[in-house]
Amino acid sequence: MGYFLQQTINGLTLGAIYGLVALGYTMVYGIVGMINFAHGEIYMIGAFISLIAFTALGLVGITWVPLAILLVLVIAVLFTAVYGWAVERIAYRPLRRSFRLAPLISAIGMSIFLQNYVQVLQGARTRSLPQMLSGGFTLWETEGFSVQVTFIQICIVILTFCLMGLLYHAVEKTRFGRSQRACEQDMEMAGMTGINVSRTISITFMVGAALAAAAGLMTTLYYGSVDFFIGFLAGVKAFTAAVLGGIGSIPGAMVGGLFIGLVEAYWGGYVSGAYKDVSVFAVLILVLTIRPTGLFGRPHMEKV
Amino acid sequence: MKIQRILTVSIVLLALNTSLVQANDVVVGVAGPATGQYAAFYDQIIHGAKAATEVINAAGGVNGNKVVLDIQDDACDPKQAVAVANKFAAQKPAVVIGHFCSSSAIPASEIYADAGIPMIASAASSPTITERGLANVFRTSGRDDLSAVVAYNAIIKQKLGTKIAIINDKSTYGRGLADNVKAGLNAAGVQEVVFDSLTQGEKDFSTLISKLKFANVDLVFFGGYFAEGGLLVRQAREQGLKATFMGGDGMASSEFASIAGAAGDGFLFTFYPDPRNNPKAADIVKKFRDSGYEPEGYTLYTYAAIQAYAKAAEDAKSFDGNKVSKALHSGTFNTVIGEMKFDKKGDPSTEPFIIYTWEGGKYKPLI
Repeated sequence: MGYFLQQTINGLTLGAIYGLVALGYTMVYGIVGMINFAHGEIYMIGAFISLIAFTALGLVGITWVPLAILLVLVIAVLFTAVYGWAVERIAYRPLRRSFRLAPLISAIGMSIFLQNYVQVLQGARTRSLPQMLSGGFTLWETEGFSVQVTFIQICIVILTFCLMGLLYHAVEKTRFGRSQRACEQDMEMAGMTGINVSRTISITFMVGAALAAAAGLMTTLYYGSVDFFIGFLAGVKAFTAAVLGGIGSIPGAMVGGLFIGLVEAYWGGYVSGAYKDVSVFAVLILVLTIRPTGLFGRPHMEKV
Repeated sequence: MKIQRILTVSIVLLALNTSLVQANDVVVGVAGPATGQYAAFYDQIIHGAKAATEVINAAGGVNGNKVVLDIQDDACDPKQAVAVANKFAAQKPAVVIGHFCSSSAIPASEIYADAGIPMIASAASSPTITERGLANVFRTSGRDDLSAVVAYNAIIKQKLGTKIAIINDKSTYGRGLADNVKAGLNAAGVQEVVFDSLTQGEKDFSTLISKLKFANVDLVFFGGYFAEGGLLVRQAREQGLKATFMGGDGMASSEFASIAGAAGDGFLFTFYPDPRNNPKAADIVKKFRDSGYEPEGYTLYTYAAIQAYAKAAEDAKSFDGNKVSKALHSGTFNTVIGEMKFDKKGDPSTEPFIIYTWEGGKYKPLI
C-alpha cells in the first residue's frame, strides 16, 4: 500500500509537469486548429532560462529559496512568453491562409531550429544546478517502506494548482478569455464582431509558453539537470496527454497530463522500467483508436 | 565575358587548392561525440590527441612527416559514425583514433577494415570490438568483460551488498556491462533482486528509485554513463535510498560531480589504473597541468594510442595500413600508460581495471 502511494506521488508530480506543457498544446489547437510541435522546445527554453536565472540570482546573492523561485518564475515566464510570441509571428502567422499542412511542417522546422539554437548557444552538454531545496518528510511508514514526499514535489503541486486556478480565472472571467473562447468557436464571426483575432492568437501562444516556462522551472528545480534535448520527449508525452484529455479542452489537458504521469509511474513501478515510454505511447494509440476525441473532448459537429 | 570566365576558373582552382593538409602530412583521424551528452569525454580525447601530436611533431614527426589531426563528430550515434567512417575511408587517413562509443566503433571498424585503415580505440570498451577477428582493430582502453570481472569480484569479496540491483541504460556499453556483472554474480551463486533498465536522456527516475527502495536494495550496480548515473544517485538520496552505488568507467568524468553534487560521494566505479600516478608519465602530466588542463579520464589513453601508432609506423617504415597493423601487433611500445603490447585480438597488455570512489568532486582509488 505504501509503495502504491509512493508511486502515485511520483506519478502526480511528473503528471503536473506534463499537464502544464499539455495546456499549451491544447490551447493552441483550440484556437487555430494546429498542433504546435515547437511547444516542447519552448518548455526546454523555459527550463534553460530558469537554470540561468537561478545561477544569476545565486551570484547576486539571493539565496532564500521561496523568493528565488518567485523571481525566477517571473523572469522565465516573461522571456519564454517572448519566445512563444516570436515563434507564432515568424512561423505560423504568415501561413495562416495557407493549406493545412504548411503550419505543421513549419512547426517541425521551428522545433529543430530551436533545439539547435539552444545547442549552439548553451553547448551540447548537460547543465546542472546544485540542489536548491532539499529534504522532505515521511508521509507514512509501513512494512519497512517509508513513503517520502519531498518539499519540491509539494512545491510543484501547489504551483500547478495556482497556475490552473489563474488560467481558469483568465479564460472564464476576463476579456481575453472571452475573446479566446469566441475565436475558438468561430474565428471569422469573432473577427466580425470586433475582436482582434491576431492579438488573441498571439496572447494564447504567449500564455501557453508561460505555462511551459513554469513547467521548465519545475523541471530545473526537481531534477537539477537540463540539456537541449529534453523538449522532444516531454513534448511528445505532453502531446499524448493533450490528446488523451481531449485536444482543445483545458481541463482535459491537465487531467490527461496527470493520467499519463500516473501510467508512467505505475508501469515503471510494477511492470518494468524498460518499457515505460512504450506504455505512454500505447495509451496514445488506444485513445486514438477507441475514443479519438479524448476524455473531455466533444466530437466535432458540422452544423449545416 | 572573358574576364568573368577567367575569374570563375581562378576561383575554382583556388578553392580546390585550399586544403590545409600538404601531401606529405600524416593525417590522424579522431572520431567521437563532439555533440551530445558525452561531449565531455570527447574533450578528454581531443586534448590527449593534440598534446601527443605536438610532442611528436616537435621531435620531427613520424618517419619525417608532420602529424595533422582530422577531428570528426559521430555524436555517439552508429548511423553518424558510419557516415564519418565512410568519409575517412574515402580520404584515407593513416590511422583513426576512436570511436569513443562502442556502438559507433563496431560498425565503423568494419569500414576501416575494408579500407585498410588501422583503428585504435582509446575508450570504447565493448568486448565485441576486438572479438570479430579484424586485424586492424586495436585499443588502449580495457574491455567491459574485464571491468565486469573486477566489479563482481569486488562485490563478492568485499561484500559490498546483499540485496543487489542491476540497472542498465540500454546502450551497447551499459547493457553489456550490466549483463556481464549479472552473469558473474549469478555464476558465484549471488542473485540480484532487481534487474531493470532506464532510458538514456531521461531525467525522471523517481519510479525506479521507489522500486529499488521497496525491494530494500543495498547495492545498485549501474551500467551506463555519468549523466544518468549522477541523476540516479541524486534522486536516490532525495528519496532516502541509502544503497551503495557502483558503476563502470562511464562515471569517470568531472561532470558527474556537478550533476550529482554531494550525493555522488561514495559512488564506486571501475576504471583503468590512473596513468597520472605512473612516475614515467610525470612530465607529460605536468605539461598538461601547466597548460591549465587536468588530464583525467581518457586523455592519457588517447595520448598513448598516438604514441603507439607513431612507433609502429616507424617500425614498419611505412604508412600502409596493413603494414602498420602488423607492426602494432608485433611491437612493444613505451607509452605514457606504461610499456605495452597488443595481443592477437588487439587488446592491450596493460593492467585492467581497479575500483575508484567519488569523493568531494574528485575520484580516488578505493583501497
